[in-house]
Amino acid sequence: MANKPDLLPGTLDMLILKTLTRAPLHGYGIAQAIKQLSDEVLTVEEGSLYPALQRLLLQGWVKAEWKMTETNRRARFYTLTSAGRRQLGIELSEFEQMIAAISRVLQNA
Amino acid sequence: MLPLLRKLWLLIRRERFQRDLSEEIAFHRREVEERFQDEGMSANAAGYAAIRQLGNEARVKERSYEVVGFQFETALQDFRYALRQLRKNPAFALVAILVLTLGTSASIAIFAFVDAALIRPLPYSNPTRLVDVAENHALTSRSNLSRLDFLDWQRLNTVFSSMDAYTGSGYLLRNNSGTEVVHGARVTSGFFNTLGVFPTLGRSFYPGEDSIKAQPVVMLGYRTWQKRFGGKSDVIGQTVSLSDVAYTIIGVLPRDFEFAPQGQAEFWTPLQPSPGCEARRSCHNLYGVARLRDGVSFQTAWAELKVIAADLEKQYPDSNRGQGAALQPLSELVVGEIRPILLMLLTAALVLLLIASVNVASLLLVRSETRKREMAVRGALGASRARLIRQFVTEALVLVIGQALFGLATAYVSMQLLTKLIPPDKALRMPYLEGAGLNLHVLIFAASIVLLNAILFSITPLIRLPLNELRDGLSEAGRGSAGTVWRRLGSNLVIVELTLAMMLLVGAGLLGKSLYRLLHVDLGFEPDHLATLRVAGPDAEYRKPEQAAELGRAVVNRISALPGVQSVAITTILPVTFNGNTVWLKFLDRPFNGEHNEVNQRIVSSGYFTTLQAQLLRGRYFSDAEDAGKPKIVLINEAMARKYFPGEDPIGKKFEYQSFDSGTAREVIGVIRDVKDAQLDSENWPTIYLPFDQDPDPHFSLVVRTLQSEESIFPALTAAVHEINPAIATRDEATMNGRINDSQSAYLHRSSAVLVGGFAGLALLLGVVGLYGVIAYSVSQRTREIGVRMALGAERASVYRLILNEAGKLTVMGIAAGVVFSLIATSLIGKLLFAVRSWDVATLLSVTAILGGAALVASFLPARRAASVNPVEALRTE
Repeated sequence: MANKPDLLPGTLDMLILKTLTRAPLHGYGIAQAIKQLSDEVLTVEEGSLYPALQRLLLQGWVKAEWKMTETNRRARFYTLTSAGRRQLGIELSEFEQMIAAISRVLQNA
Repeated sequence: MLPLLRKLWLLIRRERFQRDLSEEIAFHRREVEERFQDEGMSANAAGYAAIRQLGNEARVKERSYEVVGFQFETALQDFRYALRQLRKNPAFALVAILVLTLGTSASIAIFAFVDAALIRPLPYSNPTRLVDVAENHALTSRSNLSRLDFLDWQRLNTVFSSMDAYTGSGYLLRNNSGTEVVHGARVTSGFFNTLGVFPTLGRSFYPGEDSIKAQPVVMLGYRTWQKRFGGKSDVIGQTVSLSDVAYTIIGVLPRDFEFAPQGQAEFWTPLQPSPGCEARRSCHNLYGVARLRDGVSFQTAWAELKVIAADLEKQYPDSNRGQGAALQPLSELVVGEIRPILLMLLTAALVLLLIASVNVASLLLVRSETRKREMAVRGALGASRARLIRQFVTEALVLVIGQALFGLATAYVSMQLLTKLIPPDKALRMPYLEGAGLNLHVLIFAASIVLLNAILFSITPLIRLPLNELRDGLSEAGRGSAGTVWRRLGSNLVIVELTLAMMLLVGAGLLGKSLYRLLHVDLGFEPDHLATLRVAGPDAEYRKPEQAAELGRAVVNRISALPGVQSVAITTILPVTFNGNTVWLKFLDRPFNGEHNEVNQRIVSSGYFTTLQAQLLRGRYFSDAEDAGKPKIVLINEAMARKYFPGEDPIGKKFEYQSFDSGTAREVIGVIRDVKDAQLDSENWPTIYLPFDQDPDPHFSLVVRTLQSEESIFPALTAAVHEINPAIATRDEATMNGRINDSQSAYLHRSSAVLVGGFAGLALLLGVVGLYGVIAYSVSQRTREIGVRMALGAERASVYRLILNEAGKLTVMGIAAGVVFSLIATSLIGKLLFAVRSWDVATLLSVTAILGGAALVASFLPARRAASVNPVEALRTE
């Protein structure tokens, strides 16, 4: 666990939004999804996840509602809003531009 | 929905938010826990692993709140916590706020007076361009202008846009209850224009209304208008009879108008020249006020006036010899005397505040020592450093808010009290003090005090609490010996307190000694059992000298027959009033070169010196028989004998007046030991005493020596005078001791001595309590060490020595620094002292003894506690 790289700063919001594009998820589900989709490379600190979720709620990019899980437990599910979808688009294109720029530097230097 | 609205929405539903978050995190933990169990952990191990993975739950929640919460919410939490802390330890909060309130309210109250007197401009238009214009001569740096000199200065100068003159006057006002003497002022017609003051009702004087032919008109002071004329606007055009002359009321001065040099004046009349004095260049009875022309500097103006005065001296060598020009800003005339006193008082109050602040800072230091553990626990539970610092800042803010509220309230009450304590006649001379109040300046001053204290009180506990070593606080379990930081800082703070207290004590000691010396100055007469009263016979009935002389005789005869009266006498000017009312002498036995031999002149009845119990040094007193028909004679004082007849016998010497009444030779028949003519701190001028019967005046003062209490005689005195003629006005009933105690110099010395003394007393208390606190705390921290020492055989005496040594070192350092700083500080107040040097050894020694003694008592108590430590118990508390 100690060797796993930290998330790139500023990418947590984008990752959360991305995991929510497929289906609404609860906090634990989001953390698991990021972990699994990244082949266990990325872990989301719970200490950052919940403050981040509050931030997204506040911005109106996700909304939350209490629903029952398959195991019949009450959990808070987060759903992407249309504003959130737009925001994801913006963040993705910015991110891609940055990655492209970084790789150009790495290849040509 | 905007984020801000969402935030507000969440603010209302804060509880719901917290519940949701808690449930969400609990759910998360359970899911993680289950996963660990699925992976084969025991239920117990999985539970711990989940908690570990989730990290600090409180921190997660706090960070989530921070996202949705407002800044002020956490501030509010800190604030509530701070209040709870203070409530948990009410003694600390009470002492701290009480101590701070003392210093703060004293500083604010004194500052309010400083603001009223020194910061707020005088209530005239463009007051910084106004100057006080006067003459000067060998005896004094500021003396009256003569009217003819004034007219020449007014005409010849190019530096003033306008120049006017004024002088005080008194009128007899007849009303239902008899005749009253009222104060007035006579001013040249442009006086109010020069000041830039416009009447609230009616008009100012027209140019030329101060000429001798103009109809008599008068302007009323606002309060006079309210008090005597009911504040009715139809007073304009009415007439009022002043000394039996009908004056037409033409205007009322504005409510905020004040003119300290004539503060008592109720009636303002144009200065129509009197035929006697004001027609002579040698008679000086006016002061000038002028407005500097735009672009003209004060120095330029003064230089030009000096030239004009020098020209007049050449032109009129008889009257103007040695008469120079004296110029000062008008504000200097008004507040020049009180400025150093107010500044000293403000400094003293601020020093007291500083002691109080240092005292509270060291209390905070002790508290932060005992709270090391609390801070460590809070840190371990996830409080960020910034949050801990903010906690201290908030606690400091709570303290200073208390300080500000109580300080302002107490300051307000003290200001009311101080204002009430100013005697009415002094208040009239310092009208600007009436404006002292909680205005914007004062509030800004209070805010800066509070801000500085807030910074001090936030920083102090932080010094003690290096936040990166929080964990040490936990492991140490709050046991530790007194930290080195505390030892160094805490004890230095108490040295500072003792030093400052010493400075105030020395200042108070010197001022007290000055006051004592002042009140015990050699008066040259015996003030006990002397009653005084001023009497004014209407001019219409007593204008002729025979009439005035007859009035004097009748008053003396009737009053000396009253029961309880031992003797009674008349004088034109009472002792302990002022130097002035002078004449110039030409001695007949020596060549005269026109120099001004200036002496005070007082006209007294034959019993004057025996009534005062003054001392005759040579020659003889007047006799009753020496009236207008006999050769003119005088008594002189010792100062005069010393100055004009050194090494000679003055008896039998003759002189004439230089400028008026010349040709009448007066012969010296006796020498009196100096009677204090002027303020207690003034020097004695040469003085001559003329027999009342030879130069009578219907306006005079009575001095009555009584057998019993002098206060009880006044009704009988007034009644006796009115039996002679009910139209005679009497006023200023006062005992001689009352006059001396209330005299300007005694009043100013007493005010400063009492206030600084009060501050010094409080400072002593705070300093000694501070020392006690430091020693007591040190003893409590060293209980274990003392226990070990005693277990190893140390005797109680050596424990006493240990503690008293520690206290003694601090005290000696405080006193030593105190002596040094006191000498620096008191050299600055040298001018406020009377007959005491600023390095008065006796004062320094007694203050050292007082402070040392108090310090000994304060350190003895904790020392005794230390010596009574039971070694077994001390070691067992481990």
